[in-house]
Amino acid sequence: MATRKFTRDHEWIDIDGDVATVGITDYAQEQLGDVVYVELPAVGKRVTRGGEAAVVESVKAASEVYAPVGGTVVAVNDGLTAEPATVNADPFGAGWFLRLKLADPSELDGLMDEAAYRAFVAETA
Amino acid sequence: MRYLPLTPEDRSAMLAAIGARSIDELFIDVPKSARLAALVDLPPHQGEIEVERAFQDFARANLSPFSTPCFLGAGAYRHHIPAAVDALIQRGEFLTSYTPYQPEISQGTLQALFEFQTLVALITGMEVANASMYDGASATAEAVLMANRVTRREKSILSGGLHPHYRETVETYARYGDFVIESLPPDPEAKEDVASRIDGDTACVVVQYPGFFGHLRDLAPLAEAAHAKGALLVVVVTEVVALGLVETPGAMGADIVVAEGQSIGVPLGFGGPYLGLFATRERFVRQMPGRLAGATVDADGRPGYVLTLSTREQHIRREKATSNICTNSGLCALAFTIHLTLLGEAGFARLARLNHEAACALADRLARVKGVRVINDSFFNEFTLALPRPAIEVVDALVDAGVLAGVPVARLSPNQPLLERLLLVAASELTTEADMDVYVAALAGVLA
Repeated sequence: MATRKFTRDHEWIDIDGDVATVGITDYAQEQLGDVVYVELPAVGKRVTRGGEAAVVESVKAASEVYAPVGGTVVAVNDGLTAEPATVNADPFGAGWFLRLKLADPSELDGLMDEAAYRAFVAETA
Repeated sequence: MRYLPLTPEDRSAMLAAIGARSIDELFIDVPKSARLAALVDLPPHQGEIEVERAFQDFARANLSPFSTPCFLGAGAYRHHIPAAVDALIQRGEFLTSYTPYQPEISQGTLQALFEFQTLVALITGMEVANASMYDGASATAEAVLMANRVTRREKSILSGGLHPHYRETVETYARYGDFVIESLPPDPEAKEDVASRIDGDTACVVVQYPGFFGHLRDLAPLAEAAHAKGALLVVVVTEVVALGLVETPGAMGADIVVAEGQSIGVPLGFGGPYLGLFATRERFVRQMPGRLAGATVDADGRPGYVLTLSTREQHIRREKATSNICTNSGLCALAFTIHLTLLGEAGFARLARLNHEAACALADRLARVKGVRVINDSFFNEFTLALPRPAIEVVDALVDAGVLAGVPVARLSPNQPLLERLLLVAASELTTEADMDVYVAALAGVLA
C-alpha cells in the first residue's frame, strides 16, 4: 500500500518503494481553474527537491509543479497532453503528472501527511 | 514650478545612492574603443528651410530603386504597393505599430491580426501562424529556439543556402545560449547534402526556399530525413511572393515556416521596418513564440477577437515564458494583410507568375552576354550570375551607368574567393523590357 504525502506547494506524492508518483491536489486544481496545458519533463531528467518538474497552465495562470523530493523521472503521464482537463476531473488518480525514482528517501520526512495538509489548507484558505 | 530634471545636485545624490563616483563609471563595461572621447562635431542648429535643403542634398546622393533600373534582391525586394494600402493603414483606428496593452478594446486591430494569421497559414501551407515577428532573420532565430524546446535537443544545422544575415542572426542568439549551431559553408550550386548530417542530437535543420542563391528544391525528402531522426524541418522564405507559385513548405513537410513579409505591402526603407512571418503545426502551438489573435464569441454569442494562449507569454509566465518576443510588427502586418487581401488568391498567383516570367526573360538575356553564366537550373524571381570579374567591381561600374545590377554575394559573404564573382540578380513585376535593355547593354559594355 502506497503512502501519500503532501507539500506546501500543493503537490501530492504517493510513495511505493523507491518510486513515487507526483500530482497536484484537488485544492490546487480548484484554485487554478480549467487546466488547458501540461508541460511534462523528459523521462530520464533528474530533478532536485523543490526544483521545477512540470508546468501546468490553466485559463488563469501558468504555474510550476515542483518536485517534492529529488530523483530521476522514470515515467510521465502522456495522456495529459491530449486531455489536460483530466487534472481537474481526477487530480489524485488519472491526473497524475510523473513518476520519480527517489534519490534520497530521507527527503520524504519533511512532507506533510493528509491530516497536516488539510489543516494547512484550512489555515491558508 | 521650475522643472529642472538634472541639476548637478540631483546627479551627485543619485550617484551617491548607487555608490558610483561618476556617470562615466556606469559605462565601464563598454570597451573604451567604443566610447566617444568627446562630443561629435555637429554643425550648429539651423532653420527648417536650411535643414530641408541639407537633407534634399543628402537624398540626391542616393540612387533610388524607383528612379533607375533596379535588380536588387537578396532579402529585400522592390514590388508595387497599391495606393489603397497606404491610405488604409493610416486610418486612426489602425495607425499604431504596437500590440495593444488592453487588446480586447481594439477589436479592429485584433481582427486584422487574425486575418493576417489566416493569410500566413494559407500561403505557407501550415496550420497556425502568429501575429508576426520583427523580421525574417529574428523569426528564424526564434524558430531554432522553438525547435530546441519541442525536441529538447540543442543542435541545429543551417544550410549553406541560408541568407548570410539570417545565419549571423541565429549565431548571435546562440553565442550566449545553451545551444549549438552547425553552419554549412555557402552553397551556390545547391549541392550540399544536409540530410546526412542529421543525427539523434539534431533539433532542426534550417533551409531557405527559394535558397539564397535562388535555387528551388523539393524539400520533402529532407523533411522525411529530419523526421526519421526526430528533428524538425525549419523552412525560411525571404521572398514571400514565391509562395504564390511554388509548392508550399507545409505541403513538403515543414514543421516551422518563417518568412520575411516585406515583399507584400512594405516598402524598401533602408532596411526596415520589416515583417517576420511565423507558422507551424497546431501540435507545436504552445511552444510557438509571439502573440496570437483568436476568434471567439462573447457572453451573448456575438463574434469577437482576443489575444489567446497568453499563458505562454512573459506578462503571465515571467522568466518561464516561451520567448521574450512580446510585440509584433503590427502596422507592417496590417499593410501585408491589406495588400494580400486586395490581390486575392488568383491575384497573388498572377503576381508570382509575373515575377517569375520577368526573371526568366532577364536570365535568358543576361546569359547571352559574353563571359556571363547563370548558375541556376531553377529559380523564382532571383538567380545567381557567375561573372568573369569580381562582382563588386562590375556592380560599381554599372552604378556609374545608372543600373542597380544586383547584390554581389561578396557584399554579404566577404573574403571568400569562390564567391567573389557571383552576383545575385532579381526581377519583379516592376521590371520592364526597357530596364532589361539598359542592363544587358551596360553589362556587355562593362565586360567588353
